Amino acid sequence: MTFEVVNMSFALPEMFMLAMACTILLAVAFLGEKGASTAYGLSQLTLAITAILIYQSLGKAGLAFDGTYIKDAFSDVLKIAICIINIAVLLYSTSYLKARGLFKGEYYVLAIFSTLGMMIMVSAAHFLTIYLGLELMSLCMYAMVAMHRDSMVSTEAAMKYFILGAIASGMLLYGMSIIYGVTGSLEIAPIAQAIQSGGLDNTVLSFGLVFLVIGIGFKLGAVPFHMWLPDVYHGAPTAVTLFIATAPKIAAFAMAIRLLVDGLGDVHQHWQGMLIMLSVLSMILGNVVAIAQTNLKRMLAYSTISHVGFILLGILSGSQEGYAASMFYALVYALMSLGAFGMVILMSRQGFEADNIDDYKGLSSRNPWYALMMLILMFSMAGIPPLVGFYAKLTVIKSIVDINLISVAIVAVLMSVIGAFYYLRIIKVMYFDKPEQQQALQAPTDIKLMISANALTVFALGLFPGSLLALCASVFSL
Amino acid sequence: MFTNLPLLSLLIWLPVLGGLAVLINGDNRFTRPLSLLVSVITLLLSLGLYVGFDSATHQMQFVEQASWISTFNINYSLGIDGFSMPLIILTAFSTVIVVVAGWEVIQHKVSQYMAAFLIMAGLMIAVFAALDAILFYVFFEAMLIPLFLVIGIWGGPNRVYATIKFFLYTLFGSVFLLLALLYLHHVAGSFSILDFHDVTLSLQEQIYLFLAFLIAFAVKVPMWPVHTWLPDAHVEAPTGGSVILAAITLKIGGYGLLRFALPITPDASMALDWLVIGLSLTAVVYIGFVALAQSDLKKLIAYSSIAHMGFVTLGLFIVFRIFANSSTGSGAVLAVEGAMVQMISHGFIAAAMFLCVGVLYDRMHTREISAYGGVMNTMPIFGGFAVFFAMANAGLPGTSGFVGEFMVILAAFQANFWFAFLAATTLILGAAYTLWMIKRVMFGEVANDNVAQLTDLNRREFWMLASLAIIVLAMGLWPAPITEVMHASVEHLLTQVSQSKL
Repeated sequence: MTFEVVNMSFALPEMFMLAMACTILLAVAFLGEKGASTAYGLSQLTLAITAILIYQSLGKAGLAFDGTYIKDAFSDVLKIAICIINIAVLLYSTSYLKARGLFKGEYYVLAIFSTLGMMIMVSAAHFLTIYLGLELMSLCMYAMVAMHRDSMVSTEAAMKYFILGAIASGMLLYGMSIIYGVTGSLEIAPIAQAIQSGGLDNTVLSFGLVFLVIGIGFKLGAVPFHMWLPDVYHGAPTAVTLFIATAPKIAAFAMAIRLLVDGLGDVHQHWQGMLIMLSVLSMILGNVVAIAQTNLKRMLAYSTISHVGFILLGILSGSQEGYAASMFYALVYALMSLGAFGMVILMSRQGFEADNIDDYKGLSSRNPWYALMMLILMFSMAGIPPLVGFYAKLTVIKSIVDINLISVAIVAVLMSVIGAFYYLRIIKVMYFDKPEQQQALQAPTDIKLMISANALTVFALGLFPGSLLALCASVFSL
Repeated sequence: MFTNLPLLSLLIWLPVLGGLAVLINGDNRFTRPLSLLVSVITLLLSLGLYVGFDSATHQMQFVEQASWISTFNINYSLGIDGFSMPLIILTAFSTVIVVVAGWEVIQHKVSQYMAAFLIMAGLMIAVFAALDAILFYVFFEAMLIPLFLVIGIWGGPNRVYATIKFFLYTLFGSVFLLLALLYLHHVAGSFSILDFHDVTLSLQEQIYLFLAFLIAFAVKVPMWPVHTWLPDAHVEAPTGGSVILAAITLKIGGYGLLRFALPITPDASMALDWLVIGLSLTAVVYIGFVALAQSDLKKLIAYSSIAHMGFVTLGLFIVFRIFANSSTGSGAVLAVEGAMVQMISHGFIAAAMFLCVGVLYDRMHTREISAYGGVMNTMPIFGGFAVFFAMANAGLPGTSGFVGEFMVILAAFQANFWFAFLAATTLILGAAYTLWMIKRVMFGEVANDNVAQLTDLNRREFWMLASLAIIVLAMGLWPAPITEVMHASVEHLLTQVSQSKL
């Protein structure tokens, strides 16, 4: 009996979040139009308390719910990161939503449910749990993209996202069912044991593996499964783009680790080749196509694709150090992406989206401080030291140099040079061009403070990356 | 007295923090004095390195060590030897000059301009002082950011093209350096540059690593044919930017070859020395002719920089031929010391030449040689300085420009007569393009009304050029203090390169 109690406590943060999500839903239903502010406040509270609950339970590890749910250091760290990032996302998005008549309680309900889905993905120890978490997260996001229902681009983006997302889920399920057929289990640990003990049909196993990789590729946005990404990032309201572009990438990374490393770690040689293809193609296509973009949101979408390529590098290395490097990269990417889309929100106002690169012309003359913040974020994304993006690239490239995949490493560094070009272009526009408009920023103080804190964190982590790197390494060295 | 202070850390962080203070202070009447104060204190502190330096040993001195990223055993590890110490002082000195040079000229975003140069000074000193490969790389790349902004914000009409070209060119080179460093860590199990010196590597590994180093540092030097970013960057950069580019950033290329390529991959350096020697001689001869054809003052000096830096790389890589021809190795010492003296001397002379162009440009707002003529008539004091620096640039005995080139040419005779012969053409070509430029700009009748209205140097410009002139003359007449401090380090480097790692 006591055993059961301990088991339940492992999922306490998620249960709390579920209860709160339902409360917010009810509050919104009863309060109607006025409910949005309440929903916003409750959502922030929920995320903060959930993060604290997870923090307090650090150090405990084990399985719950008959081995379908796992709590370990990996899941704790990622869940705390997801909560913190979503707090920032909600903070950024509020004024944007208000200015466009989208400030409704549903946004927050969907965001919290989606966050819950991410947390379930991170903690999944069973194929079904992964799938449930993934669907909970994705379905909420489809609805969020479509929130601006009068906008043609938003509706189109939501449609694309939904259809391609559904195909991806189908692929993933198909792969899961094949692996179940081979190993006779849906739980991740028994699957790993079954593969380790050998005697399985390798062809069928690889066949299932291919579908899993496709599913992961879709969710991460790796080439050639990236088609939805630029359209969705571009079409969705910026507040929603911000939500999609940050925490879900961490969740998708966790899903990749749970499936490929925890579950199918022993057939590493099979998935390594596939990931090399995805990674190299993502880095090349993402960086090259980003150069041609004139819309900042689209450019950042292609830049995401290239970052995904780098995240995959660490996973494909197959070493503890590589996984830690990828985790570091995913966290840093979420932080940088948060700042970059936050900047788009900061610059935008009613009737002005600030999503064209030309909208940033002469920003350093108009707002030197925010131009500096954007400069930090862009140089960090480009991977120029002493900013944290450099260490992210450094560690993943180090992990593949250590397994002697020098040719892949060469592609990676060359692509980061090409990538530097389009980030430099943003800086060029901000610093070297004359301003075309003189309108002052209208963003409220909380966003201004948040963007400064966000960029300065990127800078501070660049000077002292040691503790976060050590944290990522410790998660995998157990 | 100086041994107890973390002098190197002070030298790195004082200008960086000083730069931030200038930036936060904003544009007001304290901006310029504060910048000057920071740069002068930095210079005085850097002289402390010279005073406390023990020139009898090749060991790293003023060593500092602290853990930085413990997961990967990356350390904040600093130290200097006879190669880096003079370059650090050169950096500190150039920064003072740059602050003084921008005193009245820069009126737009002054605090940002000064802050960029101060921060850059700290980062460049750190490049020379870093003993950890990742620390080196971080500073090596980080210094691109302020320079990128300096050229892009305060540069000429085509500045955006020039600065992006500069940034991408150098970034392209340095990513290969990063790969090489990661591979070396894989082999050596540490990121310490001194540990890298001791690893054993097969010839094939060495060749790949050497090529990576060569790409990274050849872009910085710059060596022909990857030099094309330099004329663009120089022409568009503000005077201060040109001074720092010519005086320091180019030296980082030469320093990198000394610190990484030669000691870590000696066998590959020997196997591929023909490549570097060939490129260096091409730079000396071909770029000399290219310089002759320039009609833009800054472009001419930029090409002359490339030709002069050819001597540096030539001096460093003829040592293998000298070893093959003679057993004593005294010629090899001469070659490497010549290369080092050439680097430092070029730092002063090129800086002075760019400042002279800056003086003219501030008055006439053109760099076309044809717009000038007979400047000597209206600016006699300036004319004196300009002719003196031009002579130094051409390698007149008694100036520092002569010492380095002469040492390298002398050493080249021990390697191969034809190397020396081709290198010596610089004495003719250098004199030709420099003096012809001087003739067209300075002498003859007053060419037009604009020239007739020129005013001579003010006090600030006079002391700026005079201090450089004194150093150029002193180094030319008595180079011993500089060669002495580096002697032990040069000998150590030569033992390292003469021992095969195979």
